[in-house]
Amino acid sequence: MATLFEGFTLCGLVQTQSASDSAIQGIELDGDSDHAVVTDSTRAVTLYKVSDQKPLGSWTVKQGQLLTCPAVFNFQTNEYVVVSDNKVIRVWKEEDLHLDKAFKATVSADVWRVHSAPGGEPVVLFQRGAVRLLDSLLSAPQQPIEDILSEEEKEVIRWSTNIVAEKQHFVLFTTEQKGEHFLYVQRLNPNTLQKYRLEREDSRAPPLSFSASLRDKHINLLYLYPNGCVYQSVVAVQGPVGLEGVQALPRSLRLRLPVGEGELGAASAVALDEAHVAVVGMPHPSARTGKDFLCIWNTNFQTLQADKEMVGRICGQVGILRIVWCYLGKLFVPHGKALSVIPYECQKSSLASALGKLRHPGIAVSKSSVAIPSWNTLLHGDQPQGPTKIVDSRKSVLTVVHLQPFQTGPVEEVRREVEALVSRGDAQDLQLSVGRLACQLVARSQVETAFYAPGALARLVKTQCLCHSMCPDLLLLALEHKDYFLCQLCLQLFPDIPEVVTCACLKTFIGNEVLQTPYSDNLLVPHLKDLNAPQVILFLQYLQFIYLKYSQDVYTQTPVLRSPTMTQIIDWVCLLLDAHFTVLVMAPDAKGLLSNLQSFVKSQVKLFSELGKIEGSLQELHKMKPSKDISQYSIEVIELF
Amino acid sequence: MGEFKVHRVRFFDYMPTAIRAMAFNAHTERLALARMDGSVEIFNFTDHYFQEKVIPGKDSRSTESLCWVGGRLFSAGLNGEITEYDLENLRPKYSLEAYGGPIWTIISNTQGTQLAIGCEDGTVKLFEVLEEHIQFERNLDRQKGRIISLSWHPSGTHIAAGMMDMIRVFDVPTGHAVQRLLVDRGFGGSKSQETVVWSVAFLSDHTVVSGDSAGKVQVWDGHTGTLVKTHLVTKWDVLALSVSKDESSVVAGTSEGTVIQFQFIAPTLHQQQDKEWVRTRTFKNHTHDVRALAEIETAIVSGGMDTHLVVRPLLEKFDEKSHASGLRKIHFPHVSTEMAEITLVSNCLKKAGLLLFQFPGQLELWRLGDSDGHGKPGDRLPLKRKPEKLLLLKRKGEDHICCSALSSCGGWLAYSTVSCVRIYRLQTDNNNISITKVSKLPKALRSAHQLCFSSDSSKMFAASSQSSVLVIALTQSECKYVHTLKPKSGSRQPIHLMTTSVDGKWLAAANSDCEIRVYNLQKLKLHCIVPVYGSCPSAMGIHPTTNNMTVVHADQQLFEYSIVEKQYTDWSRKLQKQGLHNVWLDRDTPVTHVTFNPKNPNQVVLHDMHMFCIIDQSLPLPDQKTQFYNQMTLRSLSEQERPSHLHAFKICKTFQVSLLFLASLLDDQSLVVVERPLLAITSQLPAPVRQKKFAT
Repeated sequence: MATLFEGFTLCGLVQTQSASDSAIQGIELDGDSDHAVVTDSTRAVTLYKVSDQKPLGSWTVKQGQLLTCPAVFNFQTNEYVVVSDNKVIRVWKEEDLHLDKAFKATVSADVWRVHSAPGGEPVVLFQRGAVRLLDSLLSAPQQPIEDILSEEEKEVIRWSTNIVAEKQHFVLFTTEQKGEHFLYVQRLNPNTLQKYRLEREDSRAPPLSFSASLRDKHINLLYLYPNGCVYQSVVAVQGPVGLEGVQALPRSLRLRLPVGEGELGAASAVALDEAHVAVVGMPHPSARTGKDFLCIWNTNFQTLQADKEMVGRICGQVGILRIVWCYLGKLFVPHGKALSVIPYECQKSSLASALGKLRHPGIAVSKSSVAIPSWNTLLHGDQPQGPTKIVDSRKSVLTVVHLQPFQTGPVEEVRREVEALVSRGDAQDLQLSVGRLACQLVARSQVETAFYAPGALARLVKTQCLCHSMCPDLLLLALEHKDYFLCQLCLQLFPDIPEVVTCACLKTFIGNEVLQTPYSDNLLVPHLKDLNAPQVILFLQYLQFIYLKYSQDVYTQTPVLRSPTMTQIIDWVCLLLDAHFTVLVMAPDAKGLLSNLQSFVKSQVKLFSELGKIEGSLQELHKMKPSKDISQYSIEVIELF
Repeated sequence: MGEFKVHRVRFFDYMPTAIRAMAFNAHTERLALARMDGSVEIFNFTDHYFQEKVIPGKDSRSTESLCWVGGRLFSAGLNGEITEYDLENLRPKYSLEAYGGPIWTIISNTQGTQLAIGCEDGTVKLFEVLEEHIQFERNLDRQKGRIISLSWHPSGTHIAAGMMDMIRVFDVPTGHAVQRLLVDRGFGGSKSQETVVWSVAFLSDHTVVSGDSAGKVQVWDGHTGTLVKTHLVTKWDVLALSVSKDESSVVAGTSEGTVIQFQFIAPTLHQQQDKEWVRTRTFKNHTHDVRALAEIETAIVSGGMDTHLVVRPLLEKFDEKSHASGLRKIHFPHVSTEMAEITLVSNCLKKAGLLLFQFPGQLELWRLGDSDGHGKPGDRLPLKRKPEKLLLLKRKGEDHICCSALSSCGGWLAYSTVSCVRIYRLQTDNNNISITKVSKLPKALRSAHQLCFSSDSSKMFAASSQSSVLVIALTQSECKYVHTLKPKSGSRQPIHLMTTSVDGKWLAAANSDCEIRVYNLQKLKLHCIVPVYGSCPSAMGIHPTTNNMTVVHADQQLFEYSIVEKQYTDWSRKLQKQGLHNVWLDRDTPVTHVTFNPKNPNQVVLHDMHMFCIIDQSLPLPDQKTQFYNQMTLRSLSEQERPSHLHAFKICKTFQVSLLFLASLLDDQSLVVVERPLLAITSQLPAPVRQKKFAT
């Protein structure tokens, strides 16, 4: 699971002329983990203490000069480094008051960025692709700088970063040339440069953002396209030796974000760990467009783990490709008129935590053949294929199907079309098309109040290709229309219903099915508190009823599909009591119920203590067994061979 | 190979006493360990944790604390005395009354020039360490309340003292108390009880670590006297602390039987500079109070109320799994004659075995039972006669018995304490036994580390000081001093093993410097010295017919030495050339007895705590690929297939974890196994502090 915590505003932002321009060039760390060095888009560098949201120092260049690269911190000398007007490198310490009086050196070529990371010396990346260590550059500022990228071919840097591994230091940068994108990996000491060609997206659109991280001796490059596809490419740290020329960079699809209509404008994806990606600037799958969200997605299960609406436009600028920074468990997002800091936490994800607990084993078995592998199907197709081929090989059925009837046709026609589609499509294609179709039908129902197609939706749910995160509004829509049949179907078949929705279902009806929904205790309890007292009492009465029914014929009980187990019932009783105990104690009509439950608990405790005694006795018996000859003396015959 | 009748004896009520204190000498790698009965044991950590010395206890002595100064060992106890031990003669060298009431703790400074003790009357007394003695120097400022624990700052300028409800830091040159650190009391009911600071540790950076009776391990700044961190680790007491040599780790022993490790590390990866004391690991190898602790280079050594010594290796200090990286629990004395002498004699008239049990306070003489039935392997034979306790002999004086012996005819009994030797004449006719003390003993016979009789009972040998052996002639009327077998040169360490040959010609004596000397008893001269091997001999025996001596060492190596030819036998050379099987070498308890099968000259019988082994020298030696424990396999094979699978080492593990002693064979292929199950020892311990268990 991942969580986004309550954020805070680090500083206000000055609106720039064009709304899409970011007011921030860069945010960097310095030696103190609680500090952030913020460089704005014009002339100022400000050092903030993040936890206090307080500026500690600010440095500006003279009017007429312009900061052309974000300030960085030299971890080896504890100095700050910035570049103004492309060619002037300035170095200063925290106690220096004026930037003008600080050390400066003019170099012979235009600088693109200065990069710095703990454990490595700062490096300077020039606009034409050359790389120098800062120290050696400053010792001879006017040294000639070679061109790696040719000016005539119009190859320009779009994005860059550096990575310091244990002993190695890398500068990564991507370039664009005539619609093609390349990745350069520059290794320092010894210096080698490797060039990779990024695979071209169908739409020929340029990537919106890049993010690089180092894991298991491999550099993982994550990049987002306007169509919502997040790809990952892996470059070995060791690197191919002796390979010349441009190589193709294989990629794999990590995530396909729902982008709604059209394409993304400015958005950015950054990898938080192996399984989690934070995405800013894309619409929420269940919210209307026009609002920007910060979302954390689990790439293993393709589930939305946490989200937060960002007020105002996310500030981004095509070409800078960076509108979110992530340091030490905090996300820095400039949006609207503020720079927000949002702490997050990603826990190791497992299938169990992604799905919640308490999957009925019987159901899991009966469905596992379809439901569980569907994650894989969704991600990689049924057979393991070359990662690059996935997208191409999957031509959605929808592209073939006429969309017309679904958008305007009457309910009956929609049902027929759905039937036809479902019976026609093969399993792999269904995954995508069913999801889209369901979303479309739900969206239409939400707009046209008269339109509601229960049959078609039920048919779609029954394909077992749907899950809640694919079409989050479906269950709510069914609830709204009091379509209990569809609700039940959803509860039975969706593995990933959020606790809040489970509770919403509880409020409207109590069924076998709700109890069997997977959930996590600590997430469910707060939502359970939303139930009012009569609802809780009714629910408890119902639970007590089925408990009694079960305990009467516990021996004759046959495992029936769709009936909750004893443990599930007890767990729910406990959860309800946890959430509402004080309310129930006060409510006069709950008295009988509570005393019944208490006597039941008493009997259980007694039973368990008796069982404990029996267990103790049995253990003693077990211990006694080998020492049957406990006598003080015996004469025995043994044989050795 | 054949059937054996095994007498399983389980009426030996040997009960080790609780471990009270420990001190590790990092220079010599010797661990000194004090038990509640006042005895002190020395373990050699360079030689497979071999227990090389035992100084017997004394009734009035109660040791609270031990301390090494160079190679010298000091103790202090509630009798108010400081004792220095004579490690060559295994007795106290001198005791000194400190005049401060009961002493709770004794420490030395790192320079080894001074000792400090903490007394009941609230004084910390300093003693100067002189060459042969110690001398009182001065008191530090007297405090109200007893001084329970002390720790000397490595620089020697300050001493931290744990008291009731507080810790004091003393400036040693002036003797003034410079800091007072108040220790909180426990919560709830224990609020009214004073907190005892059971242990303190003073680190080089002036950090003071304390463990107290409220279950806390606290870290203090010794400069400012401020509390830095509190770790509440148990509901009961934290009794002992030990600091690693590099001061990066502290271990704490609690009443619950746990040992908890704290390490001085950065709590997060990002801030490697900001180190703090973080609780890291918990070890649970004890059921009762952990009273004594030592953190050594590669392991944590602990001991306490449950009587066994545990060596828990720190696995991160080992690159690979090896012999040293396994957990060691030492339950029983390694040289069993030190604390529980068991002698078996076959009584000529009745053909019955006699057993002598040695306890610190008494000797017990038992006659084995008998049966005349025959049975299949696995059967238990019906008893014709039950075993019988013939004699209970209580010692005189305060000193505990350190060794004893019974002659093979059953007519002589002898024991020794550090202050005297006593010899008794035994006479048995019908079922009556009479015992007469031999009144006049030679003056030279004052005390012995080991005693044994010649096989014809005409002589007694007593291992005496400086590795010498006294020869005493025994006749019906008197005991006469004959000779002292004294090495001209070489080691002065005490003899811990002694054995004679059946023909009465040879006597072999081994000392803790690993030397084995063989004396010719007819010429009363040194015959030869067995080539010195680097590990201490743990058991040896001379073959009744060939006079070859089998020696097993603490590192499990096995040699056979021909006394007559003064060289290793061919079999021994073959064994060394091929190497012992790894399974044999990996065992973790030493062999404590070697004996021989009188019916078959090829068979050597030996045992450790977990198994006994019959080595048949006529069979091929096992190589590393051979299945070493092969008795089960052999049993399942047919008689035709068996011979091809036989090898020399026949191991019987039927009598597990408890085997203490295996005596020589009686004439009808019988063995005597004396078992002391660990469960029987545990059941005699007081109940552990209550541990709440779920759902009970």
